[in-house]
Amino acid sequence: MPDANSLYGPLDPAPDAGWVDAPPRMGFFTDTSVCIGCKACEVACKEWNDVPDSGFDLLGMSYDNTGALTANSWRHVAFIEQPRPAGHRTPPFAGDPTGPATSPASAAVGAVTAPDTGTNPGLPPGQPEAAARMAAGPEFLGMPGTAPPGRGTGVESRTDFRWLMMSDVCKHCTHAACLDVCPTGSLFRTEFGTVVVQEDICNGCGYCISACPYGVIDQRKGDGRAWKCTLCYDRIGAGMTPACAQACPTESIQYGPLDELRERAATRVAALHERGVPEARLYGHDPTDGVGGDGAFFLLLDEPEVYGLPPDPVVTTRDLPKMWKRAGLAALAMAAAAVAAFAGGSS
Amino acid sequence: MSPDRPVGDLFRRFRERLSAERENGSAAGRESRSAAGRESGSRATAAGPGVGRTDAGSRDAGLAPHPPRDAAPRRRRGKGGKGGGEQLNVPPAEFTSYYGRPILKPPVWRWDIAAYLFTGGLAAGSSLLAAGGQFTGRPALRRAGRVAALAGVGASTYFLVNDLGRPSRFHHMLRVAKVTSPMSVGTWILSVFGPAAGVAAVAEAAPLLPGRGVLGLGRRLLPPAGHAAGVVAAVTAPALATYTGVLLADTAVPSWHEAYPELPAIFAGSALASGAGVGLVAAPCAQAGPARRMAVAGAAMELWGSHRVENRLGLLSEPYTQGTPGKLLRAGRALTAAGVAGALIGRRSRVLSALSGGALIAASACTRFGIFHGGVASARDPRYTVVPQRERADRRAADQD
Repeated sequence: MPDANSLYGPLDPAPDAGWVDAPPRMGFFTDTSVCIGCKACEVACKEWNDVPDSGFDLLGMSYDNTGALTANSWRHVAFIEQPRPAGHRTPPFAGDPTGPATSPASAAVGAVTAPDTGTNPGLPPGQPEAAARMAAGPEFLGMPGTAPPGRGTGVESRTDFRWLMMSDVCKHCTHAACLDVCPTGSLFRTEFGTVVVQEDICNGCGYCISACPYGVIDQRKGDGRAWKCTLCYDRIGAGMTPACAQACPTESIQYGPLDELRERAATRVAALHERGVPEARLYGHDPTDGVGGDGAFFLLLDEPEVYGLPPDPVVTTRDLPKMWKRAGLAALAMAAAAVAAFAGGSS
Repeated sequence: MSPDRPVGDLFRRFRERLSAERENGSAAGRESRSAAGRESGSRATAAGPGVGRTDAGSRDAGLAPHPPRDAAPRRRRGKGGKGGGEQLNVPPAEFTSYYGRPILKPPVWRWDIAAYLFTGGLAAGSSLLAAGGQFTGRPALRRAGRVAALAGVGASTYFLVNDLGRPSRFHHMLRVAKVTSPMSVGTWILSVFGPAAGVAAVAEAAPLLPGRGVLGLGRRLLPPAGHAAGVVAAVTAPALATYTGVLLADTAVPSWHEAYPELPAIFAGSALASGAGVGLVAAPCAQAGPARRMAVAGAAMELWGSHRVENRLGLLSEPYTQGTPGKLLRAGRALTAAGVAGALIGRRSRVLSALSGGALIAASACTRFGIFHGGVASARDPRYTVVPQRERADRRAADQD
């Protein structure tokens, strides 16, 4: 007998899916306040899971050139540059100089400096004019933040700024719409409470892609099947840490039993609030939210939509009983209309 | 992956676009850009909690809009009293997104699925028509209905399999039966309906068989088998026509999901109308009376549903009224009205009946494609994801305070 909360509400997903003596539910806590945007998680994930490359290209919007979670990127580091102070510390660049990034004069001087390298001809002096020309002005390369704010435009236009970085991943929802709507049984709930696609079953119907409220799961071109983060099912089954968490140099990505992670996250938020970061908040940690809580949840420093996360996702299957009821009513109405049409005389 | 694109191509195009924009930046262009920049911005630029929660806030705080501004709000054109309906409550479109990118993945379903919505509905409506003809002694309706049902369900099967990422694995659909997956439910409905519709249609060939021998046996056995199969198909037909409403609604696509009360009704009405259209095209006037009544009933359901969907959902109605989906749905409505009017006026005219039948079938196709593309448009624009959810979250936060 399925749980009363099978479609919506707090639930322990693994026993609900039929696992007996399931191990504790495992998950990720991604603390974006210590993320440095190194993308080691993206690389480690690709390496371990043999995910194809996602096209080597620049998006021209920020240092994020991955863009979104896709079938070929199971971790995605978001970069957001904001003109606001980065919390409790001294405003950055308070005493910085203005003007071009490098002084042409100093470049001209530097060009003729010729230290003795102990070799021959060693480092010969350069052309001062050419050096000055090169240092004359920054060329805009389409990258935000190639120079500190206000560097070229003067002190008065200078603003504070901060970078938000967040490593996004499949949320492994308690109520996973992708899993519920999968018509082949390719998506399944593991004993760890995570959600995994079986690549030998998936026939690429695409239903999970429309159903995911986070826009995570995606279809791989040429292959036709849907792919997403498995929370390294192969690694955690062997007692190892998922590749991304293993590679994270700042412990921004933490892996462990979900209960423990939730406690740790609450402590971390309290500590940040105490240190003067009132905007720190958790996302996806609450078992009473629209998806019954995420197996991978986050500490954010701004509204979720800033990071490209839905502010209040609700699993679509919450309304499924009502949908079937409406469909039943419509079907009855249709049958009645057909009967009435034929019973209504011979004209 | 971009095997056919040289490395760095996107970025080069981006730079070219930037420099082109800088060159033709006429005074007017610059002014409108800066005005737009002042108007919009984001809550992300807030200097503190409460301040700058809107664009006005970021303007007061003297902050540049950032991340890059989202598209300027486009208010829905007033309907000028025409069409009545409830008052639209379109919220101001100030919202934040991650560089304007959609949060949801738009459906990967190609036009095959929209076409399937139409052919599946046509098959369902036709098989009801056929069963009616079968029970009330209208052979023309029965024959046309059975043949159209088989054609519709055959095309449906092709479209459904063709749309799969791995068509050769279509049979994996038969591994499980899940009531939480409308697609799984639909697979089983089709598995019952398809063979039944097929047998019913084949039974229509019985009179062509010779009277003697093995084939003669077929000639005698086929009609009762077709009778039974026709009943099975007709009983399954309403489920086939309405489950597709749940199929679309049971997704995160905002304009489909929120329309869940109406979608099955629209699809049921559309199926009835297209089935009636088959009857009007194929049957002589003397037998087409029930088809006319079916057309009226179907059109009423379809028009009621699409009117509700276009007016009840606030911001999420917008995708159904703009662009291609808006055009398709308006065309569908006009064709439905024309079809019903023609069916009622043309009681004695074979030509007018056939024309109105064609209009009803075309109307059904337009409506299906319109609903399909409206949902896709709502998933492509982060506004339809963020604004309603943000409102809900803010309302809840206000309730808690």
